[in-house]
Amino acid sequence: MRAAPPFETRAARAPQGEAAGTGTDLEDAMYAFTYHRPTTVRQAANLLAKNGDAKLLAGGHSLIPVMKLRLANPPVLIDLSQVEGLKGIEIKGRSIVVGAMTPHAEVATSQVVRDNLAALAAVPASIGDPHVRNVGTLGGSIANNDPNADYPAACLGLGATVVTNKRKIAADDFFKGLFETALEPDEIITKVSFPLVSKAAYQKFKHPASGFALVGVFVSKRGSNIRVAVTGAGQNGVFRVTEFEEALKKRFSPKSLEGLSVKPDGMNSDIHAGADYRAHLVGVLARRAVAAATGRS
Amino acid sequence: MSATGIGAAVRRKEDFRFVTGKGQYTDDISRPGEVRAVFVRSPHAHAKIRRVDTKAAAAMPGVLAVLTGAELAADKVGNLICGWMIHSKDGSPMKMAPHPAIAHGKACYVGDPVAVVVAETLAQARDAAEKVTVDYEVLPAVTDPAKAQGGPQIHEVAPKNTIYQWHLGDAAKTDAAIRAASRVARLDLVNNRLVPNAMEPRVAIGDYDAGSDSFTLWNTTQNPHVARLVISAFVGMAPEHKLRVIAPDVGGGFGSKIFIYPEEVVCLWASRRVGRPVKWTAERSEAFLADAHGRDHATHAEMAFDADGRITGLKVKTIANLGGYMSTFSSSVPTYLYGTLLSGQYDIPNIYCEVDAVYTNTVPVDAYRGAGRPEATFVVERLVEVGARQMGVDPADLRKKNFIKSFPHQTPVIMTYDAGDYLASLKKAMELADVKGFGRRKRESARHGKLRGLGYSTYIEACGIAPSQAVGSLGAGVGLWESAEVRVNPTGSVEILTGCHQHGQGHETTFAQVVAERLGIPIENVSVVHGDTDKVQFGMGTYGSRSGAVGISAIVKALDKVEAKAKKVAAHMLEASERDIEFKNGKFTVAGTDKSAAWGDVALNAYIAHKFSGQELEPGLKEGAFYDPTNFTFPAGCHICEVEVDAETGDTEIVGWTAVDDFGTVINPMIVEGQVHGGVAQGVGQALLEGAVYDKDGQLVSGSFMDYTLPRAEHLPSLKVGTTVTKCPSNPLGIKGCGEAGAIAAPAAVINAITDAIGSEDVSMPATPQVVWAALRKARPRQAAE
Repeated sequence: MRAAPPFETRAARAPQGEAAGTGTDLEDAMYAFTYHRPTTVRQAANLLAKNGDAKLLAGGHSLIPVMKLRLANPPVLIDLSQVEGLKGIEIKGRSIVVGAMTPHAEVATSQVVRDNLAALAAVPASIGDPHVRNVGTLGGSIANNDPNADYPAACLGLGATVVTNKRKIAADDFFKGLFETALEPDEIITKVSFPLVSKAAYQKFKHPASGFALVGVFVSKRGSNIRVAVTGAGQNGVFRVTEFEEALKKRFSPKSLEGLSVKPDGMNSDIHAGADYRAHLVGVLARRAVAAATGRS
Repeated sequence: MSATGIGAAVRRKEDFRFVTGKGQYTDDISRPGEVRAVFVRSPHAHAKIRRVDTKAAAAMPGVLAVLTGAELAADKVGNLICGWMIHSKDGSPMKMAPHPAIAHGKACYVGDPVAVVVAETLAQARDAAEKVTVDYEVLPAVTDPAKAQGGPQIHEVAPKNTIYQWHLGDAAKTDAAIRAASRVARLDLVNNRLVPNAMEPRVAIGDYDAGSDSFTLWNTTQNPHVARLVISAFVGMAPEHKLRVIAPDVGGGFGSKIFIYPEEVVCLWASRRVGRPVKWTAERSEAFLADAHGRDHATHAEMAFDADGRITGLKVKTIANLGGYMSTFSSSVPTYLYGTLLSGQYDIPNIYCEVDAVYTNTVPVDAYRGAGRPEATFVVERLVEVGARQMGVDPADLRKKNFIKSFPHQTPVIMTYDAGDYLASLKKAMELADVKGFGRRKRESARHGKLRGLGYSTYIEACGIAPSQAVGSLGAGVGLWESAEVRVNPTGSVEILTGCHQHGQGHETTFAQVVAERLGIPIENVSVVHGDTDKVQFGMGTYGSRSGAVGISAIVKALDKVEAKAKKVAAHMLEASERDIEFKNGKFTVAGTDKSAAWGDVALNAYIAHKFSGQELEPGLKEGAFYDPTNFTFPAGCHICEVEVDAETGDTEIVGWTAVDDFGTVINPMIVEGQVHGGVAQGVGQALLEGAVYDKDGQLVSGSFMDYTLPRAEHLPSLKVGTTVTKCPSNPLGIKGCGEAGAIAAPAAVINAITDAIGSEDVSMPATPQVVWAALRKARPRQAAE
């Protein structure tokens, strides 16, 4: 299959002077922007470097809605959907490597992922609905770093490595806070490498309205390396619970977590869940995740 | 029963166009030269509007007009009104504040329109709307009905924000019953505010024709004729004969499209100002702030029992939030659609109900699926359940003991129930739900760490709205009869014109079933015409489960006239006396002979008029009728909800639902079952998921589907649906109505089940996991704690 040619157009609105009603209402909803569709990472990076306020389009399920609500007004969109080499799943040594533009559905249904790291497949499987899962991407999710997103928990909970056009970034260094990452302005995620582990599970308590993680806990065990990563709960986004990890190092069993909990300080609080409820759920879901990882659920 | 007649599960005729994308909704309609309107809405819950600067907006490309409340007032466009007069207990009339279609001088809720931009394209209108600058003086706001009477005054006419203080029943006798009671169940209840969210957002196209000095309004409305009446008689846009209202396919309403809204008035007015058709299409986010909300009651209620467990009295005090202005029928919802149903299915000798309706800085509140009756059912059914628990008796037995068993039954709150068998529906529901096996299931759940509960709701509603004289005496500004016209074509096919309006109910099928059976013709030969004031002379629209009981009754009445006329024609054709003509299965016969004439032949003869002289009999076959009911109808039934609560997280799963309803005669059981499913889903939505939340400044926090939870398929089990039948004695087919039952019954059943499961009554709606977890933690701190 030939890659589409580089493509640039002024989108989102009929030019002035054209007859009324040529655009659809959805197009009319957004501010005008310039749209680029590069075919190589280099082209994309150059466009990004040239256009300071540009946004990368990597699925768009977070970006497009806020543009339609006119809450975001990027003058330039760089669509990564036609960029070569950003999609796909492969095993490399003791890791599964997933291309940044791989849609959620592909990871969720991948036999390779299911056979080797089933807990990872469960993460995108829990995102949104089939429409979202077939368009939303891994790279889009972690670059956005929504505090309620699922993938950040998997990355941090597995100790993944985020690969960009410039460098490799450990998950522990990648997620910097609310919608913030270590990415530099002209940096593009190309793939994420997830180490294979002996035990892992993701437990998600869905936000009743949005379906995002009200609280999600990803646990993994690779030898003595134990990770417990929590999304949805923290005011600064995804975080690890070292107290839980220490307890699980002694024995990787839900019993090890009994009586343990996180403090409500620093937890998110909104109309759906207060800080104390979220803190409580972290404990419950961590126990359930360990139970699931050890085949006890 | 024929394959397409009354009682047959005929597939919906209208669905082909809906599922193939051929429906014609208002937004699908484009008028030549159409321009677009975008509203500028108040971002403040309560603010003085000092100045609206439209200059920059007016200079934007493509802009035809930027209009404000000042122009609206200058053009003498009248205010929107509430059409049901309620008097306070001191005899004073309700305090209706002026409600201009565009706020002038003051904004009363977030979303209150303060200006409108009309431009060539939607994008241009949106861009220009952002350039309108409004100088607000922000005032303190109040959103909670319980705090409204002590909050900042919103309207000059309503001190303490109180619209009326209404009451019903006998206070002294009820107080005496409570004093003498051996047990009193008491509850403080909040009936949560809901956002209707029909699938199709509201749309209006106003089209002024200067040539004829007349208007056409295409509008997503449930009652086009009442819209025309109000916009003509009160808003004063045009005389009725100069205003045509068309409600084409409408994608759901649930009450929210009954009302006459500012936007449709503004589109008409703006069209006259700019000389072009003006279209407005609500966005979903806008709909949260612009469509009337539902419910929002704060209630204290007490139910008295004697030593035998008989209910001896019920006392209810409710504060009802009507929002920033009084919407079209808002005043009737917490009064005559609420207080009058507080007897439930029970023989209660003494009832007293007080309702204070209040203004707050929130979106106006009006009828939403069930309208007052879900609120009444929630009060009565929660109290009965709590009473049973306090007395240690089985809640089903307590209900049985108190059921009304003979009819007609006069309640102490106006209504005369005409027919019902409450024991039958309870018994059938208990069998279908396998209540006997509940103990076993509960133990099984406990083994998996789950708390299982079972809750009943034996509800009643008043539908078939409504006898005109009766509602007139209670303050209604209109009569609530329905009209029908049966037009027989020369070839025998039939058009039914109805004043009802379908927006999901399947009238094109059910109405045709009644006609096809009566005339003995194929259902394909019947079409239903509705939703256009130029086609249907007058009608009162569709809400309150009225289309079957009232609308079909009007059709039956017109069919009686058609049959009588057709018999006259047949008598001439068959050279027999009219008295000897019999009509059955589409055939006219002469009694005692083998002479006959088919329906189609008689129809043709009516029009060619060869067999009779015009002096003797008028040609043609077309009859109309107005049917005014003599009583409300009283659908009732029993819903049983079974839940499993996750004791650690508070998450509730509905694991069983049984609905046994008595809707009287059922025309189409498939459609009725669909109505039950949809109603239950909405009721479950209210109980578990949905809640409009305002912050202290009056911002709607739950203003999108990211925060406002609608029920999804995953929230519901497979429903077990059954019916019992006692026919309604007051209308010709014995129909009671089914559209609202599920939404009325469900909330109490869910909350009764959850409170049964967790052993605490302290569960408010929506019973989200956090709410249930908090109740669990309070009730048994050790289990729920870490």
